[in-house]
Amino acid sequence: MAAPAIETSGLDVGYPGRRSPVTVISGLDLTVEAGTFLSILGPSGCGKSTFLRVVADLLAPLAGTIRVMGETPSAVRSGRGVGFVFQDSTLLPWRTARENVRLPIQVGRRSLSRMIDDRADELLELVGLSELSERLPHQLSGGQRQRLAIARALLGEPRLLLMDEPFGALDEITRDRLNDELLNLWRRTGTTVLFVTHSIAEAVYLGQRVIVLAAHPGRIVADHDLRPLKGPDNRCSREDPAIVAAMARMRSALGAAS
Amino acid sequence: MNQGALSPFAQTVLPILGAGSLILAWQFLLPLAGVPAYIVPTPTAIAGVFARNGSLLLSNLWPTAIEALSGFVLGNLAAVLLAIVFVHSRTLQAAYFPVVLFFNTIPVLALAPVVILIFGLGMLPKIVIAAVICFFPTLINMIRGLESASASEHELFRVLSATRWEVFWRLRLPRALPMLFASLRIASATAVIGAIVGEWIGSDKGLGALIIQATFNYQSDRLYAAIVLSSLLSIGFFMTVVVTERWSVRYR
Repeated sequence: MAAPAIETSGLDVGYPGRRSPVTVISGLDLTVEAGTFLSILGPSGCGKSTFLRVVADLLAPLAGTIRVMGETPSAVRSGRGVGFVFQDSTLLPWRTARENVRLPIQVGRRSLSRMIDDRADELLELVGLSELSERLPHQLSGGQRQRLAIARALLGEPRLLLMDEPFGALDEITRDRLNDELLNLWRRTGTTVLFVTHSIAEAVYLGQRVIVLAAHPGRIVADHDLRPLKGPDNRCSREDPAIVAAMARMRSALGAAS
Repeated sequence: MNQGALSPFAQTVLPILGAGSLILAWQFLLPLAGVPAYIVPTPTAIAGVFARNGSLLLSNLWPTAIEALSGFVLGNLAAVLLAIVFVHSRTLQAAYFPVVLFFNTIPVLALAPVVILIFGLGMLPKIVIAAVICFFPTLINMIRGLESASASEHELFRVLSATRWEVFWRLRLPRALPMLFASLRIASATAVIGAIVGEWIGSDKGLGALIIQATFNYQSDRLYAAIVLSSLLSIGFFMTVVVTERWSVRYR
C-alpha cells in the first residue's frame, strides 16, 4: 500500500511572530490516504490556509512531524509534487492565458522542467479555455481566471493539489459549475486534493472526507467520511437528504466549537 | 452644459484649436497691449530665428541633446542597478538608503558648481548633473516596483521552486516596468533641465549657453527660440519613452 498523502503527528502550525512564534493550530494528528478529495472546513483564523502552506513547504512547522507522500514537504516541493491554487488567481497580467499555464515549465530546475510534457493546450481544452488562450488575464472573467489557475497547477501532473479557497471570490452560479468541473478533473487525474473552504455546502459537495477546524486554538472538531453517502466516484446531489443532513452536522460541529 | 464624451474628431481638433488661438493672441494681441518685443517677441519673430539662424540653433542643440541623453541613460541605469541591489540585500539597503536619501535633499543647483569643479568645463559635468537629477525618482520607483509583486505571487514561484534569478526576471522585473516607465517619463524632461543648468554654470555651447548669451545680448527672439528648442527636445525624449513603454508593457 502506498504511503499516505499526508501524515502529521503533534504538528504545530503558525507564523514566526516578532518576538515569539504565533501558534495557530497545535497538536494536529491527521492522516490522509492517497487519492482522497479532502475538504478542510473552518472559520477564518482557524489556520486552514496556514496548514496548507506547511504542506506546500511555504512555511516551516513550529513543532511536530509532517510527511507528504512519505517525504518531507521540501523534498516534495523541489520534486514538483505539489500544485497550488490560490484564492486570487495569481495569474501574471503580462502573460497570455497559454503562457500563464506554461509558467511551470519555464521556471525551476531545468532537469525537472524538461520531464514535464507541454500539455498546456490539452489542459486549456480540459478547462474549456482553448478559444481564449491568447487573451490576457484582465480580458477574462473571474471564473475563467480560476480555471486557468487550476490548469497551471495541473501542468506538472502534481501528486498533490492544494487549493486555498479557490472559488471564494466567485458568484454562486459560477462556483457551483466550477465545483462540478473540479470533480471531473479529479476523477480523471486521481491526484490527492486538499481543498480549503469556509463554505459548508462546498466542503460537503466536493469532499470524500471533510475535516472541520475550529479557531482559537485551531483544532479538528469533526472528521466525517462521506464515502458511504457518495460512492467511490464521489457523486452526490445537493438536495439529497443524507447530504443535507451531513451539512447540518457540520454546521452544529462548527457552532459547538465557537 | 454638455457633459457627454467628445467625439474622436473633436478630441484631436480641439487641442490644436486651443493652442492655435493662444498663438494668434500672442501674435496680435500682445503687441497691441503694448508689450515690447524685447520682452516677448512675436511667434513669427521666433520662427524667423529658426529660419535665419537654423545652423546656429542646431549646433547648440546637439551638445545639449547628447548631454541630456547620456545623463538620462547613466542616471537611470545606475538607479535601476542600485534598486536591484537594494531589494536583494536588506543589509545594504538599511546601510546606504538613508545616505542616498540625504544626498537627494541637496538641491541640484547647489551641487552643480561642485560637479563643475570636479569634472571641468567639458560635456562630462553636464552629463553628471543630468544623471543626478534623473537618479533619485527612478531609484524610489524601481525599488517600489520590484517589491510590488504580491505575497501569493511569490508563493507561486516558491511552489515552482524558482531560483532567485527567475523570480527577478519573470516576476519582479515585469511587475516593476509600469513604475519604471512612470519615472522615466519624468526623467525625460528633467534630464534636459539638468543639462541646461549645467551649461549655465560653465559652457560656451549648448542650449543653456545660448540662453545665457541671448539674455545678456538682449536677443530675446533668439532666447525664445532656444527655449522652444529645449522644450521640443524634452518632448522628443518623452515621446521616445512613451513609444518604448507601449511596446514593452502589454498590460494595464
